[in-house]
Amino acid sequence: MTNTKIPVKSYILNTLCIALLYAVMMAGVDGKFITRYAQGIIITVCINIILAVSLNIATGFLGEIALGHAGFMSVGAYTAALFTKHMEITTKTPNAWVYLLVALALGGLVAAAFGMLVGIPALRLKGDYLAIITLGFGEIIRVLIEYVPFTGGAQGLKSIPKIAKLPVVFWVTIAVVVILFTFVRSRQGRVITAIREDDIASEAVGINNTYYKVMAFVVSAFFAGVAGGLYAHYVGILGAKTFDFNKSIDILVIVVLGGMGSLTGSIIAAIGLTVLPEALRGFAEYRMLIYSVALIIVMLFKPSGLFGKYEFSLSRALSNIFKKGKAGNQPKGTKGGSAA
Amino acid sequence: MDSIVVLVKHLFNGLQVGSIYALVALGYTMVYGIIKLINFAHGDFIMVGAYISMMAIPVMISAGLPVWVCMIVAALLCAVMGVVTERVAYKPLRNSPRLTALITAIAVSLLLQNLFMVMFGSASKPYPAVFSTEQMGGSGIQLSMSTLVTIVLSVACMICLQMFVKKTRMGKAMRAVSEDMAAAQLMGINVNTTISLTFAIGCALAAIAAVMYCAAYPLVNPYMGSLLGLKAFVAAVLGGIGIIPGAMLGGFVIGIVESFTKAYISSQLADAVVYGILIVVLLVKPTGVLGKNVGEKV
Repeated sequence: MTNTKIPVKSYILNTLCIALLYAVMMAGVDGKFITRYAQGIIITVCINIILAVSLNIATGFLGEIALGHAGFMSVGAYTAALFTKHMEITTKTPNAWVYLLVALALGGLVAAAFGMLVGIPALRLKGDYLAIITLGFGEIIRVLIEYVPFTGGAQGLKSIPKIAKLPVVFWVTIAVVVILFTFVRSRQGRVITAIREDDIASEAVGINNTYYKVMAFVVSAFFAGVAGGLYAHYVGILGAKTFDFNKSIDILVIVVLGGMGSLTGSIIAAIGLTVLPEALRGFAEYRMLIYSVALIIVMLFKPSGLFGKYEFSLSRALSNIFKKGKAGNQPKGTKGGSAA
Repeated sequence: MDSIVVLVKHLFNGLQVGSIYALVALGYTMVYGIIKLINFAHGDFIMVGAYISMMAIPVMISAGLPVWVCMIVAALLCAVMGVVTERVAYKPLRNSPRLTALITAIAVSLLLQNLFMVMFGSASKPYPAVFSTEQMGGSGIQLSMSTLVTIVLSVACMICLQMFVKKTRMGKAMRAVSEDMAAAQLMGINVNTTISLTFAIGCALAAIAAVMYCAAYPLVNPYMGSLLGLKAFVAAVLGGIGIIPGAMLGGFVIGIVESFTKAYISSQLADAVVYGILIVVLLVKPTGVLGKNVGEKV
């Protein structure tokens, strides 16, 4: 993996694209092109993007299968929801989004703490055993949330202020994607990739494997918590049953389908797998059938996922179009242009 | 005296559920042992078996055969379905990364659930009585026929399986393939047939477990397999995945622990306790209770 510097013009290009996307989206909302239903889908897409890119850190870049991502999401969701409820925020509170951001940070931190709690013992194991133990922890978190009284128990946590509106969700998603892009390109990110490639070799060159594995896991859990916080303030009601094993599987499917180790792949897959079931709503009975068959076919014919480890780069794509022939040695750029 | 009667009753409940878990866990463990795949679709074969046997019961009655024959029908059809699934979905992925096969297994699980939902609807259907409902035993301890049949039959299945694996040529081939697939192939063992046979046996056992499960909890729906499968999977890991006696031990342990937790601590926490035990076992001895530690090669 080359570590070339990203040129300034690439940053400018991506910033412009994001701003343009935002402007088009908000114009669509104002001009009633984007209905409330469509806004809901965009918010769900954003939440799924955060979940998928964060799981990709643990599964794609660290290379360990984690089946308990929904557990961290639920911890973040409940923490954030309890915070705003305790502060008595309503949709009418001025600058409610500031409180939302604080709630998201809190949710993320508590989820990260749980991630560390789970990660330190669990990451001693590898491969299938790690997958199983994360599954076990995820289920325990779910059962405990139903059991303790302050989460509303089996009835669920009700009347959470629905303050996660489209603009704040959009910008949080962009921020998370940018942070994770810089993370995987940082020194720490490269160490994590090195552990994935060969853990014995990385240990031999003096890398503290356990430390970096736990770090990847904690980062992954933190952003799962953030996504949970957004989810809580979007739907307004939480039930522990939402965050079961199947939810973790849904997120894992997005990551694998997009390509493990490709953040852009996760983003595209998150958009596709959220919009596609909605588009198939007309065939309600058959849509999950189509979904599962499609998944099997992709796995049979493109086992590395749609993107593999390839990252889409807007500036590279543009320079390929404009300067044919010189393409290939263009440095990689961050992307974010298609992140919604 | 009374408390002992209650205790024994819970113990038998635990054994009943545990023997069902053990039968399903055998399927997980055999498949894992041979192709190192966590077959997440295995739980759904319980559901398939339940539906097939449910439809077979009226046929049995009209043909004048005893009702329990439906178990054999379900086992055979499930075995065929298992082999077909293996050939279509898993065989092409035998050399690809483990996660790919895992996701395919999950997709197969989703496919089976939704296929049966489209065919039969998502509502739970009542399951007809297979075993007579009369109670047996005296002096306060009452046991239903289904409890006894379940425990006896599953233990018999496990003994047969163990004999098959240890004594027959096919069993020997199975052990050889799980030990080293390439070497087994060089020795002239037909690896594909052996793997298909493993799937067939696993799915047949799942179908038998399905009939016994439905005898105890007579409701059938397309999602019944997923939770049951997950518990059985935990049982397989607990005993040491890939090891046949381990699956039996794990199944009984999980069943009894669950039954006692429900009775004496809290029915809500039963799952948490089961997973808690799993985590402790994995941390202390990652290969399971009966597992062997394998050194890491550089």
